[in-house]
Amino acid sequence: MKKSRLLLYPALIFFLIFFLLPVYVVVVTSLKPLGDISLSTMWSLPKSLDFVNYSLAWEKLGPSVINSFQLVIPAAVIAAFLGSMNGFVLAKWKFPGADIVFPIILFGMFIPYQSILIPLVTTMRELGIYGGIPGLILVHVIYGLPIMTLIFRNYYASVPTELIEAAKVDGAGMLGTYFRVVLPISIPAFIVAIIWEFTSIWNDFLFAVVLTGPSSWPVTVALNNIAGSQIVQWNVQMAGALIASLPTVLVYIILGRYFLRGLMSGALKG
Amino acid sequence: MPGLLLTAPSFIALAVFVYGFIGWNFRISLTDWKALSPDFNFIGLKNYRDLLVDERFKIDIKNSLIFTVVFMVACLLLGLLLAILLDQKLKFEGLFRSVYLLPMAISFIVTGVVWRWLMNPATDDRISGINLLFTKVGLDPLVNQWHLTPNWGMAGIALPAVWQMAGYTMALFLAGIRSIPEEIREAARVDGASEWRIYRHVILPQLRPIALSAIVILGHISLKVFDLIIAIAGKQLALDVPAIYMWQTSFDAYNFGKGATLATYILFSVAIVIVPYLIFTMRQERKS
Repeated sequence: MKKSRLLLYPALIFFLIFFLLPVYVVVVTSLKPLGDISLSTMWSLPKSLDFVNYSLAWEKLGPSVINSFQLVIPAAVIAAFLGSMNGFVLAKWKFPGADIVFPIILFGMFIPYQSILIPLVTTMRELGIYGGIPGLILVHVIYGLPIMTLIFRNYYASVPTELIEAAKVDGAGMLGTYFRVVLPISIPAFIVAIIWEFTSIWNDFLFAVVLTGPSSWPVTVALNNIAGSQIVQWNVQMAGALIASLPTVLVYIILGRYFLRGLMSGALKG
Repeated sequence: MPGLLLTAPSFIALAVFVYGFIGWNFRISLTDWKALSPDFNFIGLKNYRDLLVDERFKIDIKNSLIFTVVFMVACLLLGLLLAILLDQKLKFEGLFRSVYLLPMAISFIVTGVVWRWLMNPATDDRISGINLLFTKVGLDPLVNQWHLTPNWGMAGIALPAVWQMAGYTMALFLAGIRSIPEEIREAARVDGASEWRIYRHVILPQLRPIALSAIVILGHISLKVFDLIIAIAGKQLALDVPAIYMWQTSFDAYNFGKGATLATYILFSVAIVIVPYLIFTMRQERKS
């Protein structure tokens, strides 16, 4: 039994290599000096470490990384807060028809955004918020509401109803119950929700490319624009790819447990 | 009733931005609006009929189907295999799981930028990327054109997509396997069933609901695939999909009537997967 189990490691390690191969190439390429870009040695380790690619990539992507942070932080926090209130109402303070409203809301997280893009652009132009970060924040908050509502509704469904009843007996109204009883025990759900929103907004391309201009490009759009270009060398592109994924990868490494929980709720499983 | 008040802003926003806009988009699809300023000249379902005989749209549907089938089958099989491997309670399980799932934290754009380089189709002295690696380890017959393979380029595009999403599928299956009570397996073992038979006859049948979730999630992602292809290949006809066609038609060519029609077709293809699933899931939930 023990010995046959050891045979599983080669398989596990094979897949480990499969998943890490691109990471390896990105890291070694981004550390190679500009002169050392021969294709025939792309799999070799760099002869010497050189961080010049990172400063060159930062020159091109720096402003858009800052844009991404300015976009992602408020959008994730606002969406999570609204989702928390919605989830509370749909799980513990139901109004007639709440169970019918919920799936209608959920549909919004699966739609292909192409199907609302033209009206969205037209509306944003009319409102004068087309082309900038505030408009993009609004869009991400709205289209993030379904998944945020889902995460919090599932979380609150597991909160004992007696807790809510006790607050009611003490004379607390809906807002009192929410702020004094429910919100303080919501921290784990907030971590899951904010990580989810942070990752998906940071990684979004479609809304970003349609709704922003060069001065407000998030990093995905800026990176795509230097990709495959003849002017920007591969070493710099790979350094750029690493810079663009570092924030979400760090969050994943540090808070992976919560990241996984968010992923699971995305499949409608609480 | 106060509950309705608290949630009203969110619900109204979603009613307008999801359902209102879908309706508005449908209305646009019934017009021949072609310039920057709206021009609602009603032409009925002409855009829909035109697309059915549109050569580029035919290519897109074929591409979308190839991508969906390759992507889904590969993700499901690889995800299930990885989940079973990780279910053996080996040392370093956490490390393996974290690495397999890592690509989920990365954007399709980054994945595309990197794999575009790895899937370089050049041969001979300009050979690079995975092809170069193949020749170095003696796997020369595996050298291929990847996403530039004639007719089957979309299967090449599916490779980075599988790299990105297989870990997610694994996580779904692993959660499913772990939720099966250990006593059930133990009972089968006592009856003399081999580990293989336990997976085949005890565990796999219990994973059906998870597999359904995975199929729906992967399916709707593959029908919407957009940024990955843009980052790998830009806008090439051979690797075109409806989402890119819609984007170019609307925002490069300003043919909003036709763009809205393409959008409605994409929405329809996603809705026939998602709506039954939502109804099914909600019914299940009400039962329990």
